[in-house]
Amino acid sequence: MTTEKIQLPPARYEYGGDEFVFVELDQAMSLEANFAGMAVTNALRQEAIEGVVDICPSNASYMVQIDPDRLDPRELVEELRRLESTVGTLPEDYVLKTRVVDVPVLFDDPWTHETLMRFRDRHQDPDATDLEYAARINGFDSVQGVVDAMTSAPWIVTMLGFVPGLPFCYQLVPRERQIQVPKYVRPRTDTPERTFGFGGAFAVVYPVRGAGGYQMFGMAPAPVFDLSQSLPDFADDICFPKANDVLRYRAIDMAEFEATRSEVEKGTFRYRIREVEFEPATLLADPDAVNRELLEVLYR
Amino acid sequence: MSELRVRAGGLYTTVQDTGRFGHYHMGMPPSGAMDTYSAVVANMLVGNPDGAGVLEGTYVGPTLEFTDDRLVAVTGADVPVTLNDEPVEPWTAIRVRSGDVLGFAMIRAGCRAYVAVSGGIDVPVYLGSRSTYTLTGIGGHEGRKLVDDESLPLGAAEGPGRDGAVVPEDLRPDLTGTAELRTVVGLCSYRLTEGGLASFLGTDWKVTKDADRVGYRLRGGKLDFTEREQPFGAGSDPANVVDLGYPVGSIQVPGGDEPIVLLNDAVTGGGYATIGTVISVDRDRIAQTKTGDAVRFNSVDLDTALAARRDRRERIERVRSRIAR
Repeated sequence: MTTEKIQLPPARYEYGGDEFVFVELDQAMSLEANFAGMAVTNALRQEAIEGVVDICPSNASYMVQIDPDRLDPRELVEELRRLESTVGTLPEDYVLKTRVVDVPVLFDDPWTHETLMRFRDRHQDPDATDLEYAARINGFDSVQGVVDAMTSAPWIVTMLGFVPGLPFCYQLVPRERQIQVPKYVRPRTDTPERTFGFGGAFAVVYPVRGAGGYQMFGMAPAPVFDLSQSLPDFADDICFPKANDVLRYRAIDMAEFEATRSEVEKGTFRYRIREVEFEPATLLADPDAVNRELLEVLYR
Repeated sequence: MSELRVRAGGLYTTVQDTGRFGHYHMGMPPSGAMDTYSAVVANMLVGNPDGAGVLEGTYVGPTLEFTDDRLVAVTGADVPVTLNDEPVEPWTAIRVRSGDVLGFAMIRAGCRAYVAVSGGIDVPVYLGSRSTYTLTGIGGHEGRKLVDDESLPLGAAEGPGRDGAVVPEDLRPDLTGTAELRTVVGLCSYRLTEGGLASFLGTDWKVTKDADRVGYRLRGGKLDFTEREQPFGAGSDPANVVDLGYPVGSIQVPGGDEPIVLLNDAVTGGGYATIGTVISVDRDRIAQTKTGDAVRFNSVDLDTALAARRDRRERIERVRSRIAR
């Protein structure tokens, strides 16, 4: 199937004080906006400009941290505008080399259920669970329907942040098939570690216990953050997810959850990871075909 | 190896330096001393490099016992300091010997005091910095605030520090009165009505009890958002935007009545509209406000922000040349 092409507005350049430049590619989320950010931030990274401290791609925007003692923020904005006009969109034949990863999730688990019951007063629908609420407002007859929708097509990591290692994931389906939920009316003061959360059009896994505003749908048995770096997948980095990773959230039962937990505790757990490449342009034109290929590679 | 004994940890004392950079893109904030100027100057007084590890005390400072000859200096908040229960001067390098005990009384003005010891607080460097980031428990001393009856490693005191070196009064920050925070308005400030923005800049905000290294929540006014159909992916609240990066120092207003200024240990991104950013130099100033203090946001342009930064550098160099004499 093909989908309606999204035209991006001109980028908006803003100074985040003297140490940050914030660039909004669109106010709305789309893969087009995310890929435009990918194009510019890739090019900027290659230029290795003196005084650029960090490059932070976000969902439909990006941010550059600078040392203004070495680089005038106005000069950076000039360069970013130049990049916008020269490499502002990914070329049609651009090939994204990334990883596709199987991420098991126990939906409707007892731990997030216990937590969400403590914060019903901060929720839009105090009489339903977060999953029941999400199913209803997205037009599904049952919780199973919304779980099926979230697990049938993979997601791409469009931003890392909030806290170290938290992946914001956007599903690789056309906008009309995206699931959307509001954030809690008032943020919770507690979210269990490894909660599978959902807010706006984004799915996340909370790396550590703490405050949070996303709806809570389930729990991942495997960590996305491992300070001790004891698991093999964390040998090089305390955070597992990388920008542009493709994650497939897979619904599991309690038996598999417990089996995976025990592997994690023994230090033997490894994510199922496959190297993969695909053309973002092809994905936008025919997401279902690309998704089938991605899952085929992952479970081959 | 030489060490510094922590007899009492104080309310919230952490090891900090000038921060941890290059990991913002994965969600790790810089941490580091909240009042950079005071931390750097404290190091200068005792002959350390500007970025050596210091202690940042909050409200109630630590009680520290020395185990060898060192220089120590206290800067930042206006707080009475004692050595063996006798008052000593802040903003001054003081010679201490084994068994000497440094203590603090209640803070008179400001919020955070910095303690530099010659040789520096020599905790392990983690991802390029000694700064503590307590949320994930990394850096500093075991990734946490200090507790009573423990020890911190000190580096070799080989710097050029000199007993009695002092920072002149006019080079110490003025911590009295309303904190005027110069702010570059922008980011998603289009979300506020004209009246909302005027009210943001015209209000004397009060620091609430939710004010720490992560951020400062303020109360005192109400800001209106413009009505709109929420863009795809943002969520339904008028303060919601598609999750984006938050600059350090940026201000967001969830609910419209409680601005939050994000600081050194803050979340690096999220889904609330940001309306401006406190300039880097004035993060030093907000770091020295405490619950109940008043702050105002003054709109400035980027030129002013950069000039303020050059000014602070010059002041730091003036201190350096005064101390060298």
